[in-house]
Amino acid sequence: MNESEIKKIAYNCKKATFLIEKKQVGSITIREKLELKIHLAGCSVCRIFEQQSIVINKLVHDLFHEPKVNEFKLDDDFKRELQVRIEEKLDKE
Amino acid sequence: MPESQIHTEKNQKEVTSVHICDPRRWVTKHADYLYSYAVTRINDEELARDLVQETFLAALEKVGKFESRSSESTWLTAIMKNKIVDIYRKKSSGLLKRQEVRMEDQDSDDFFEAEDGHWKVQCQPQAFGLEVHDLFAGKEFEHILRHCMQKLPTLWLSVFTMKHIDEETTEAICSELKVTASNYWVMIHRAKVNLRECLQKNWI
Repeated sequence: MNESEIKKIAYNCKKATFLIEKKQVGSITIREKLELKIHLAGCSVCRIFEQQSIVINKLVHDLFHEPKVNEFKLDDDFKRELQVRIEEKLDKE
Repeated sequence: MPESQIHTEKNQKEVTSVHICDPRRWVTKHADYLYSYAVTRINDEELARDLVQETFLAALEKVGKFESRSSESTWLTAIMKNKIVDIYRKKSSGLLKRQEVRMEDQDSDDFFEAEDGHWKVQCQPQAFGLEVHDLFAGKEFEHILRHCMQKLPTLWLSVFTMKHIDEETTEAICSELKVTASNYWVMIHRAKVNLRECLQKNWI
């Protein structure tokens, strides 16, 4: 890696945040890991992004992977109609 | 065979033997769950209602194929999931071209400077407490998170939920939605940058 390349990476937050995402859900190359490390060493904004991104992934997974409560409810009329349709179909058979 | 494994197998058999299929109780037992499942994954409550109905009707057609190996709820969820992927796919084939252009052009510059990729000053992430995970498990945050997820473009949301909620592999998502790997990564990235900003704006 020459100096201008390092400089490019060191200042490129778009690429750094892209690698932060890719690292979490897939894998990045050793070279990309190095690039990201260099960037994060000098960029506090992307360090915050990374911390928050990790927490968001965890929260999204915890909240929605196995929903314990049914957050959304269908209205009773709709359910009643649905029940009727199902019964009708069953009785026909 | 180690003892623990025998136990597990035995337990599984015991559990599977009680899986029965009772369509007359589906609405009571599964309608709200399936509805919540659908609303989390698509931007549209009306469509989610239709999907619940379609799922039950489709399931009735294949009640004979129900295998007691999986629970009724798992089986119904799988049927609904296929229907959701169909919707994603329809949307992606129509929207993809337009979204690709958007992603390449102005959209990617919403947050980063075009020439050097640096955060635009007004878009720089700030610490707002999200770093402390425990504080954010509450109902209020869940509400904001849902709101912000629903604001994502449909295709980004589908990629995001398939990866982060359903834990599917990148290859499976790309082939199910018929998107290229590079497009997939762009969407994963943009979805998160947008979602994070929305959370910050709505929380502070």
